[in-house]
Amino acid sequence: MSEGQQALVERIETVAGRYPHRKSAIIPALHLAQEHYGWLPPEAFEAVAEALDTTPAFAQSVASFYDMFHLQPTGKHLIEVCTNVACALNGAGQVLAEFEQQLECHAGQSTTDGQFTLRTVECLGGCGTAPTVAVNNRFREFFEPSQVRPLITELKATPVGFAEGEGKV
Amino acid sequence: MSPVPKYAPQGAGEQVLWSMLGGAEHLQDIAAYEQAGGYAQLRAAIAAEPAALIDAIKTGGIRGRGGAGFPAGLKLGFIPKDSPKPKYVVCNADESEPCTFKDREIIERLPHLLIEGCLIAARAIGANHAFIYIRGEYFEPFEILRAAAEQARAKGWLGTNVEGSGWDIELIVHRGAGAYICGEETALLSSLNGERGQPTVKPPFPAVSGLYEAPTLVNNVETLATLPRILDMGAERFAQIGIEKSSVGTRVFSLSGHITRPGNYELDLGTPLRSLVEDHGGGIPGGRALKAIIPGGSSMPILAAEQVDTGLDFDSMTKAGTMLGSGSVVVLDERVCMAQLALRVAEFYKHESCGKCTPCREGTRWVVDMLTRLVSGGGKPGDVDMIYNVNARVLGNCLCPLGDAMAMPLMSYIEQFRPDFDRYLEPGFTPPDDSPLAVITERAVQHLEIAKPGGVTWAGKLSRSELETPMANISGAPGAGSEGAGD
Repeated sequence: MSEGQQALVERIETVAGRYPHRKSAIIPALHLAQEHYGWLPPEAFEAVAEALDTTPAFAQSVASFYDMFHLQPTGKHLIEVCTNVACALNGAGQVLAEFEQQLECHAGQSTTDGQFTLRTVECLGGCGTAPTVAVNNRFREFFEPSQVRPLITELKATPVGFAEGEGKV
Repeated sequence: MSPVPKYAPQGAGEQVLWSMLGGAEHLQDIAAYEQAGGYAQLRAAIAAEPAALIDAIKTGGIRGRGGAGFPAGLKLGFIPKDSPKPKYVVCNADESEPCTFKDREIIERLPHLLIEGCLIAARAIGANHAFIYIRGEYFEPFEILRAAAEQARAKGWLGTNVEGSGWDIELIVHRGAGAYICGEETALLSSLNGERGQPTVKPPFPAVSGLYEAPTLVNNVETLATLPRILDMGAERFAQIGIEKSSVGTRVFSLSGHITRPGNYELDLGTPLRSLVEDHGGGIPGGRALKAIIPGGSSMPILAAEQVDTGLDFDSMTKAGTMLGSGSVVVLDERVCMAQLALRVAEFYKHESCGKCTPCREGTRWVVDMLTRLVSGGGKPGDVDMIYNVNARVLGNCLCPLGDAMAMPLMSYIEQFRPDFDRYLEPGFTPPDDSPLAVITERAVQHLEIAKPGGVTWAGKLSRSELETPMANISGAPGAGSEGAGD
């Protein structure tokens, strides 16, 4: 196990210690691993399994159930456009089309330079402020197509999308 | 920047939750919350007999605010008093019902009220562990809640020997990772147990065998946040708000869709839907006419425009053929095509089906495929009946209500707005180009191979050349992950 993995195992163990049963900490553990690697490579599942006394296969089976865990690499910045009912009624389709044009990639893909991953998501709970876009997990609400280009410029100047440790679990 | 304020203004009437704010934007800081009377009810609860607490909540008559409307006092009473196992309180903050955002606002504005409610419930059933399972997408509300829990710990409301009573209580704010099904209580408990978030058979109910196979109280955010307020104002007084016995208290209604002032409005149960839409929400923008209203989240049967005088309470909604559900109200104006809405709603349930039960897993997929073919202009005679019938065969045939949550609304769309579906079978029919769902529908159509080539044209469509610019997935697998809506 690499030094990075070992450090991750220790972080997971600290979090798992708060739970009455360690296995309950599998989602926080996967969140921590994803922050560390940017996505969930095989090494992530090894670390989670080591810390929680389970197998890498089990860790992967849990991860694959949840939308927020990435089983393939993503861009540095994750842009998620809600296309559920309230957002769709208020122009989410136009927002998404503008992102696709500006980023030159489809929803569900990453840009060739590895900067951005664009995807659609189901209801984010930003319906009263629709359309809602999540940028690196943080909501941008009342989002208009005209805000797409300034947002991309802003993100290009931001070195890190989601800092490790930011999402303490 | 925002065309309207982030939080809707407080309406008239007796407010149970928002009145705690005293006009402030939020009470995230524990000092401000205690200044407003916060944690006084927990102090009193620690000094009181647990049975008296449960009796007070029963007297208050509050029904669960998550969707099913089960009486909260009764649920508390189901937790065995003499269990040899530890008992747990789990707050369901996995608010994922489309178009519902009330719990998010409660957490953002009154995080300590929720914590206090969880702790009172824990005290009432004799638990030493409470969990708040918050959906993964609610990252900022999670941060707010976690900070509030740390403050509560620093003040001694969490930890060992709270208030010198000998009672120990731990609270874990547990962040999920994106799965609608985890809002279903048994799926939530599977997830919290460290497994895939799939539902399990009931019985046993969580009150008997829940988390770690121990007695577990699972309640919605709004329900738990209301508990300290009921104790504060007195259960008898709370019971007088709203409609006597059947629909007691206020409810936070999430208003969205085609509405001038969207947002959360806390109103007495029984308030006419029209009052919420017109008086509070300011009506439909652009002078357009009302077509329909989704009354309780996308899982609920729809109400036609002429049903707008239905009362926002459990019984009135049942009489109108629907349910109050999560209390989220979506206003649809005259331009909305119900077939397009049906497709968007069905896609959601297809995406979120956990795959455990065949009718739900297969039914949601076939309904999406058939609707996609219909709205792309490739429908065949009998398709609308077939869509209805598949939904009817999903309904009631699964372990949890997710399949029903697609079937109930879709059957109601067809029952109430059949011409919106049938017209796609008419030769030469072109969907109106002002339909608010046209762009999103076109995206769905593009992804299905059985769509008829050269079908109807759509408003706002991206040209093929615009979409076919060079692109590649950085993992080096061209085309990988290009399915769009995350299938």
